[in-house]
Amino acid sequence: MSALLFWIFALIMLGFGAAVVINRNPIASALSLVMCFMGLSSLFMSLDAFFIGIIQVLVYAGAVMVLFLFIIMLLDLRVETRRKTNVVAVGGGAVVALAFFIQIFFVIGQLSAAKQPFPPLSSPKVDDVHSVGLLLFSNYNLPFQIIGVLVLVATIGVIVLSKRELR
Amino acid sequence: MDYFFLTISLVKIVALLAVVLGMMNYTVYAERRISALIQDRLGPNRVGPAGLFQPIADAAKFLLKEDFTPGHVNKFYYWLAPCLAMIPAITTLAVVPFGSTLFGVPMVIADINVGVLFVFAIASLGVYGIVIAGWSSNSKYPFLGGVRSTSQMISYELSLGLAVIPVFLLIGQLRLSEVVRYQIEHGWMIAPFVGDWANPHKWLLAIPMMISFVVFTIAIFAETNRLPFDLPEAETELVGGYHTEYGSMKFGLFFLGEYVAMITGSAIIVTLFLGGWHFPSIPDGSHGWGWGLVNIFIFFSKVAVLLFVFIWVRWTLPRFRYDQLMRLGWVFFFEIALANIFLAAIILAYFPQ
Repeated sequence: MSALLFWIFALIMLGFGAAVVINRNPIASALSLVMCFMGLSSLFMSLDAFFIGIIQVLVYAGAVMVLFLFIIMLLDLRVETRRKTNVVAVGGGAVVALAFFIQIFFVIGQLSAAKQPFPPLSSPKVDDVHSVGLLLFSNYNLPFQIIGVLVLVATIGVIVLSKRELR
Repeated sequence: MDYFFLTISLVKIVALLAVVLGMMNYTVYAERRISALIQDRLGPNRVGPAGLFQPIADAAKFLLKEDFTPGHVNKFYYWLAPCLAMIPAITTLAVVPFGSTLFGVPMVIADINVGVLFVFAIASLGVYGIVIAGWSSNSKYPFLGGVRSTSQMISYELSLGLAVIPVFLLIGQLRLSEVVRYQIEHGWMIAPFVGDWANPHKWLLAIPMMISFVVFTIAIFAETNRLPFDLPEAETELVGGYHTEYGSMKFGLFFLGEYVAMITGSAIIVTLFLGGWHFPSIPDGSHGWGWGLVNIFIFFSKVAVLLFVFIWVRWTLPRFRYDQLMRLGWVFFFEIALANIFLAAIILAYFPQ
């Protein structure tokens, strides 16, 4: 059952991931990316990692992509759909992607973990919210605080930059 | 795979859908009757006794109208948008515990450990329906409605998320059934007089919980696009807003989706702040299936009371201006919710039970 679900969600994710690149309409690309994130989130959830899966939807599908869509709609990118396909660029991109794929394939094949199936976890039902929180606030407390300050500085910077013209 | 679990889940899903969709139809009826009462009119009272069959007539009307698609729209997305408006609202109900137990089966479809985050995640997807409707209609007013709705929902999602943090600081769990269990043991979040009322700590904690409740409820009003925050479909400014170009059942899905979102929002408020399916001195489902049914009935009664408040507010308050709405969200509710988190944390840290 969970193997079947894995294949369904993996296909959804890969299919829509390809659609992001193939679609000429920017809105369709953005919505395909949303579906791709949903597939990824479902894959996390089928591994019992509910927290990561939900955060994936909440942050990327629910907030980041809505803003993307918002901006694409305001820019009105009609030109993109009319432009012809550049065969050289597509060919070059395919070669680079293929080279990268072959490289990844061999590197992963070298790893010892890839040769036998992973041993099952001792307790499959961990409370992932608690374990993530505990780790974040004990082992990685300083980096966490620094990231917090960094995000705050970035927010204030954006406000200062966008308000400058009004003055 | 456990077939018992699958069958039970399927039965629960079908039953909950039936109850919520029935409730949705009668919320529309209630809205029309209560608005009539407030405006000193009669409202729909012709179809059946006291107009009770009006929802059936409405549904028949929606289904039998000509399903017209304007020529200038982007067809695929035009058809997709009404579905996207309806589905997130219904999906959210999966994690809400709507009863105690019935024959030993817990009355919640999926009791996952990130319950409230799931609610926010799925609710945040609801904006796509409106945005795509506005964009694919390829006309001015729907587009303005879609743009308004995007910024409104993103702004109020922040207050929504921050407002519940005090509740989870107190409980230390994101699971919604744990929230209900805590409230059964310690009294409802905003009603310190339920349960051990002589405990001063509870009265102290009720202050941040009250603030949370008010901010959360107002943010739910904004998230469901209800008056006084219905800027995305303000008739006087935008004709019909994002659904101007829609007709027949496609309009019906937007219209009813708003009511389902109201029911879902009320269900979340009831679960988080009003004790879920619990009522003082009424036992839970382990004392017989009759009590289990009573618990479910209590839950939906509380939801119905909140729905009445939604309707009451809609026909009482005037609409905000758009800049007022944004100011209210970012300058007032955001800060209040943030300060409230500190207040709750200080109470929990320095005034232990």
